[in-house]
Amino acid sequence: MLDVANLEVVYNDVILVLRGLSLEVPDEKIVALLGSNGAGKTTTLRAISGLLGVHEGEVTKGTVTWKGSEIQSSEASNIVKSGITQVMEGRRIFAELTVDENLRTGAFTNTDKASRDDAYARAMDLFPVLKERRSSTAGYLSGGEQQMLAIGRAMMSDPELLILDEPSLGLAPLLVEQIRDIIVDINKQGVSVLLIEQNAAMALSIADYGYIMENGKIVMDGDAAKLRADEDVQEFYLGLHTDESGERRSFKDVKHYKRRKRWLS
Amino acid sequence: MFRRPNLYTSYEAENQIFPTWTQRGLAALAIIILLLMPFDVPVISQIPIVRFLGDSNWLRPVATMFIILVGALGFNLLAGVAGQVSLGHAFFMGAGAYTAAFLGGEGTDAVYGLGLPIWIWLPGAGVGAALVGMIIAPVAVKLRGLYLAIVTLGLVFIGIHMGNTSWGKKFAGDPGLGRSFPTFDIRLWKEEEPLLLMDDDSKWLWFEVSDSQKTYFFTLVIAIIALLVAKNLARSKTGRALQAIRDRDIAAEVMGVSEFRYKLIAFAVSSFFAGVSGAMFASLAGKLPAIQWNLFLSVEFVAIILIGGAGTVAGTVMGTVFVILLPLMIEELTIWLSEQIDQGGLFSPVANFLLTEGPDDFGPISIATQTPGWPLNVFDWNIALYGLLIIVFLIFEPLGLYGIWISIRNYWKGWPFSY
Repeated sequence: MLDVANLEVVYNDVILVLRGLSLEVPDEKIVALLGSNGAGKTTTLRAISGLLGVHEGEVTKGTVTWKGSEIQSSEASNIVKSGITQVMEGRRIFAELTVDENLRTGAFTNTDKASRDDAYARAMDLFPVLKERRSSTAGYLSGGEQQMLAIGRAMMSDPELLILDEPSLGLAPLLVEQIRDIIVDINKQGVSVLLIEQNAAMALSIADYGYIMENGKIVMDGDAAKLRADEDVQEFYLGLHTDESGERRSFKDVKHYKRRKRWLS
Repeated sequence: MFRRPNLYTSYEAENQIFPTWTQRGLAALAIIILLLMPFDVPVISQIPIVRFLGDSNWLRPVATMFIILVGALGFNLLAGVAGQVSLGHAFFMGAGAYTAAFLGGEGTDAVYGLGLPIWIWLPGAGVGAALVGMIIAPVAVKLRGLYLAIVTLGLVFIGIHMGNTSWGKKFAGDPGLGRSFPTFDIRLWKEEEPLLLMDDDSKWLWFEVSDSQKTYFFTLVIAIIALLVAKNLARSKTGRALQAIRDRDIAAEVMGVSEFRYKLIAFAVSSFFAGVSGAMFASLAGKLPAIQWNLFLSVEFVAIILIGGAGTVAGTVMGTVFVILLPLMIEELTIWLSEQIDQGGLFSPVANFLLTEGPDDFGPISIATQTPGWPLNVFDWNIALYGLLIIVFLIFEPLGLYGIWISIRNYWKGWPFSY
């Protein structure tokens, strides 16, 4: 189980991004982390996967506990070895390697040949498209295929926790659905998933539990079903709210959100 | 009563040359110091490490520093603002120097020289170098990053080779000795009585000024003009276009910034600065062989903008001061240390530990000028520290001295809160 407690992150010694954030990802569950742009979702991910140093960031307070040991000051490569793998925002595939080579690179920490072959077979199972394009250069894949390759590559390390940062970024609705089903499949194989998304409807439709972030803090959390039913979430993230006349509300009327002082009421 | 500090209500307000009163104050202080420097100010000559500022021997290194600053501003424009890493800056400086020599130098049987006055040869040196720069610019449109650096590195070797060819010697003079360059004397036309003769101590207007003081003020004026041009260019439309090309050239092109046009401008203006700097550098040196415009000079400019802070005019100034004056300070420190030993001053135990005076003495710094191996003498320490500083700066403060200034400023802005 991943347990993030009272995390505070500062960039460049001056920019306070996370102000005491706590969340947990139980084993074999899908947890969604939602929030508007700039809420600090990606920073949370960086703190978990050890990438803050690259961006001149620093955990100043709080802990990230994974399987009983604190990892907030570990190196990114060691965190991968301990079983947390991140799929970064914007795919970041190795453009000049072939699909096959990309996947094999993903198995870098997986030293056991049998489990590596196993992971490879599973990746091919999950993504039949990749099987077809196994020997083509990864840079020539379409956006959707590249996203699948990125997820497949992360799965090659046989992770216990998979962190997905905006897997639906820039994908057509049909492909978003496909990715969503794949996440469910991955979770069924016993991998816990921390899903960061702008597409709240998609994320809440598959998650077991959800957190909503704003300004570096968790402002609301609960079972996905409860969040889906919540009036505020519907209005701000799902865009479902209608007024008495049954018409969809215009965006400018949603402004009362700004006047609201706090979420916990 | 008090306005809120650092609150800008317009882009113009934020983009002033000195937007805050702190900066205006520092600039005023710098101008006062620069004006007082050439005269024997008793206070400065008492401070140990910068004591060399008190005697007139330092006027020449500081004048050299101003000249290098002009070249560094040009290099910052190309490498820092426009992001085109070039190792050919020495070549452009050389191009400027020989244009100046051709226009302003004394013609003999061995070398060309038209003997024109400074108001022709100094701008001419810039224009000559700028034309050469514009020939190179199309390469930068084709090549990026390391590839461009290597191609421009090739220029340096081509330049040195050209100086050794038979027609190159007509410009550059003898490969071993070099040729003489025009002096800073200001005159209206070739044979006229100079309005201002640089190499004698004479009364000028109502001041009694020595030759080195005149050279100092002349280079200072050129450096200030160069600073104003560089700063204004960086904050203009052209400057923004160059920064756009540096940050994301394809996106800049999509915004309508012509990559070719602005890289051409970057190379031309940068080479103009280099040419002026090279001409003055050669003029101050008196005689220079062509081999002097070598890779080390180019690398020195890279070091200046990396140590100072790439892409900022203030950083370039700090980098130049640091790189040019550091060797002098180390030398001065050694002299001061040996004085401490002789006089038995407060720091004599430290000095005794650091200095090696005889064969039985222990210490990392040798005061002898010729000692192979350990302990190193002052000149070796200069080179070693120079390299070490570049490494340390790149690791700990990629934004250079300018970055240190920013962190200090941020610290005090938020004080007593850290964020």
